[in-house]
Amino acid sequence: MRLVVPLQGVVQGRGGLIFGSLIPCALFYFLQLYLKRHRSPNSRSNPPSPSASAQNLAELTRTSSRSNLLSRGSIVPVLISSLATSISKPNDSPYYIGLDKASEDPYDRIDNPDGVIQLGLSENRLCFDLIEKWMLENLKDSMRGREEGDLSISGIASYQPLDGTMELKMAMAGFMSRVMGGAVSFEPSQMVLTAGATPAIETLCFCLADHGNAFLVPTPYYPGFDRDMKWRTGVELIPVHCRNTDNFVLSISALNQAFNQTRKRGTKIRGILLSNPANPVGNLLSREMLCDLLYFAREKNIHIISDEIFAGSIYGNEEFVSIADVVDSEDFDKSRVHIVYGLSKDLSLPGFRVGMIYSFNENVLAAARKLTRFSSISAPTQRLLVSMLSDARFIEEYMVTNKKRIRNMHDLFVAGLEGLGIRCADSSAGLYCWADMSKLILTYGEKGELELWEKLLHVAKINITPGSACHCIEPGWFRCCFTTLDKEDIPVVMERIRKLADTRAASRG
Amino acid sequence: MTQALYSRTRSPETEKEKGGGGAAMRVIVPLQGVVQGRGGLVLGSVIPCALFYVLQFYLKRHRKDTDEQNNSDSSSQNPTPRSSSYGNLSELPGLTRNWSRGLSSPRNLRGPVSVSGRVSGIVKGADSPYYVGLRRAKEDPYDELSNPNGIIQLGLAENKLSLDLVEHWLADNAEQAILRNGKELSISRIATYQPFDGLMEFKVAVAGFMSQVMEKAVSFNPSQVVLTAGATPAIEILSFCLADAGNAFLVPTPYYPGYDRDIKWRTGVEIIHVPCRSADNFNLSITALDRAFDQAKKRGLKVRGIMLSNPSNPVGNLISRETLYILLDFAREKNIHIVSNELLAGSTHGNEEFVSMAELLDPDDFDRKRVHIVYGLSKDLSLPGFRVGVIYSHNEEVLAAAKKLARFSSVSAPTQCLLTSMLTDAKFVQTLITINRERLQSMYAQFVAGLKKLGIKCIKSSGGFYCWADMSGLIRSYSEKGELELWDKLLNIAKVNVAPGSACHCIEPGWFRFCFTTLTEKDIPIVMDRIQRVSETCKLNR
Repeated sequence: MRLVVPLQGVVQGRGGLIFGSLIPCALFYFLQLYLKRHRSPNSRSNPPSPSASAQNLAELTRTSSRSNLLSRGSIVPVLISSLATSISKPNDSPYYIGLDKASEDPYDRIDNPDGVIQLGLSENRLCFDLIEKWMLENLKDSMRGREEGDLSISGIASYQPLDGTMELKMAMAGFMSRVMGGAVSFEPSQMVLTAGATPAIETLCFCLADHGNAFLVPTPYYPGFDRDMKWRTGVELIPVHCRNTDNFVLSISALNQAFNQTRKRGTKIRGILLSNPANPVGNLLSREMLCDLLYFAREKNIHIISDEIFAGSIYGNEEFVSIADVVDSEDFDKSRVHIVYGLSKDLSLPGFRVGMIYSFNENVLAAARKLTRFSSISAPTQRLLVSMLSDARFIEEYMVTNKKRIRNMHDLFVAGLEGLGIRCADSSAGLYCWADMSKLILTYGEKGELELWEKLLHVAKINITPGSACHCIEPGWFRCCFTTLDKEDIPVVMERIRKLADTRAASRG
Repeated sequence: MTQALYSRTRSPETEKEKGGGGAAMRVIVPLQGVVQGRGGLVLGSVIPCALFYVLQFYLKRHRKDTDEQNNSDSSSQNPTPRSSSYGNLSELPGLTRNWSRGLSSPRNLRGPVSVSGRVSGIVKGADSPYYVGLRRAKEDPYDELSNPNGIIQLGLAENKLSLDLVEHWLADNAEQAILRNGKELSISRIATYQPFDGLMEFKVAVAGFMSQVMEKAVSFNPSQVVLTAGATPAIEILSFCLADAGNAFLVPTPYYPGYDRDIKWRTGVEIIHVPCRSADNFNLSITALDRAFDQAKKRGLKVRGIMLSNPSNPVGNLISRETLYILLDFAREKNIHIVSNELLAGSTHGNEEFVSMAELLDPDDFDRKRVHIVYGLSKDLSLPGFRVGVIYSHNEEVLAAAKKLARFSSVSAPTQCLLTSMLTDAKFVQTLITINRERLQSMYAQFVAGLKKLGIKCIKSSGGFYCWADMSGLIRSYSEKGELELWDKLLNIAKVNVAPGSACHCIEPGWFRFCFTTLTEKDIPIVMDRIQRVSETCKLNR
């Protein structure tokens, strides 16, 4: 009796029939459809089942001589892993398509005035002059190390601690405190350095969750999380929707709802992934909200990963509060809090690939340290950065100037959009603004949004990130990064958008 | 049986279909429609049901666990955590009740938050003697003047013989190389986002270096190169690309102890040992390979490839052209991949010819798709600190996937610029390779002669920074235990760190790997002296 109706026995009382029968049937229906579609080409090239070992041996000796090699070329292609099969296909997310398109045909005022203007990459080019100046003055000395002018090459050539040198960790700790307004002090021994924030996030994900577990992530979120968190770890991301009416501020009730729904599905939630300042919206989490999140995490006994990579790129008047600050000042269980940081945004050095895990959990730190063997920073780069970060005068000048320049660009850009009737969400940080173009879309839905995105990319020649790539629940929002531009480019961008908007208004009217 | 099943599936359907309509018939018996004529009922109904039965059993078992855990965790404030949706809803007021921060301290009683299962294995797993020895030697390193009683490091395959040449070049060229690409100052070349899998200029330089190292026998196509932050991630990425969790690779033993981490840790891939023996001079035999393959298959494991190291680590022998062809045939026969780790291709010191797997492949051979080469600059350029590894593959799909996975492991741009100019300095590279080979050869000869005088024989090797020494005459019991006992004595009494064969999964006890390239010539007598002291006590005990 049990085998005949196996599915009911187990799920009784929990949605019973539907869970037990309908879902498995539907799933198998799709599976078989999929199989059917894929089966036919394979079976044609597949000879009747490979032979047993005896036959293999006989063949093996026969073909040891090289002359036979060519005649045996008609063989089934060798299989690769399912991960590789799925990711080797061309990009399908508009985020990556746009990035590729813009890097193939980049706009240049003089050389390529009809090229695509890149507003999709959150990269800060506003302060390259300062970094360049510093490099010219200091590169030689910094590469030599500090010992009396003799090049101590063994310090960079030989194997170094894979999780970063102590010197760089100390320099990073100082820099982070400076970035966060001196409110928090960071302990170098709780740091693990990685080759960029991307592997830092993946490493944490490996450390905190097993295959099939899930993280709650407030939307809209950075499109890269779908790769960093999921690809190799097999972890799921559960979107927690934030809405325009709340100014895209996270609500605990939405979090709670997502948590319960996921649990009902039988998926174990291991943590929340926050980005603060938020990417793509650019707003900050308040101290109150951080406390609430910590309560929530304790309530559910889950982790919090706080991605604070934009902590130093604040242009508003609002104060940035690091979660490290909150756990320090209150009596919270620190072992569930992990911070991700890096130098790609705040020091505008993404090419250097420097990321960091800062954690209060000894086990996580121990595991992450071992996993850095797969993602360590090159020693010459570490040495260079040690001297750059310890140059207090330079850092001070850089931070002040950078903030001022981002603010200027932000104000100009947002004002430009407003001139076109496009409103941006309130924001105080990041290298981007979050613009509401729902008035320009023809059908209110993801389709309409992507249609506008495509027109912007191919007709107006502007690459921006559509909200749907960030899993935003409301259509019509776009992320525009303005820190790769010069001031003179802003009118060009606005003009391009205006033209497109005009043709749309005309065609609609 | 199936009848009953269908009536079951039908009932919820009809409920749902009230508002549905047309496609109803199809949905009700969905599995049959598709598989008709191919085992029909059995495939369509019994198998999915059986699978789901097992799945739900599994779920049930796990759900209970978590519920119990929650129970014990939160019993104080949450008496009814078991009812899923209702219970959680009733937690909401509890949550708001606790909004105020004042209540925080009494609620700290909850158990610590758990880390992932896969990682607790990584943290807790006892370190092999290989890593223990490395750590010990690092904590108390020998120095002729400042720490003459420290541990001499013979466990790390790092080459310091030619560092003076590299140092010299860097002193002259480093600044120029990083900042000025040509004549124009190029900050945006190094500061901005670059392709994760490496700059094209650097790939061209690396491909050129590889063929120079392999004495121009092969030319490498830069577009088939993916660069990573060291050979370690290159191996892991290939492992991710070629095998799914639960699949396996055949790896000839003894092998580099790091493989146990690189191939297995995060990928969930298994390693099947293919034992090589001293009687064959530790050369790989196809019979052993075939046997290992069949045994794995019998265990239900899917073998996805062979991982070779050539020149081999830790033995230091080379794989002959003939064997390479046989291996290629074997891989074709079984339709599996070959990963050839040629990290030490430029560090050969004998007269034997090194043959790269790449050399064997015909340009229009369809079979190239199964061959992947791992390379890096850590050994042949003596720059492990720079973290540069290479995947070279003929398989378009693998390359595409590896390029995307390089986002987790890219090389810093300043380093790429620096190395591009170093590697394009043809005169420097040629001098380095030649001088390095000479020095390697002379150190090898001296070290092996020293061991021979103590009655310790080494396998004849032609590549690598080490020799593979037979100390089975010194161990008390012919077993892994005896070997580790000797290793322990060497580390703690003689203060010499070497890698024991068991850490390399060598099937015969008593073999040790000695890396001699971190030494200077005058250190050799000291090492020999220390080993002699231990070997004498061992002989006395016997």
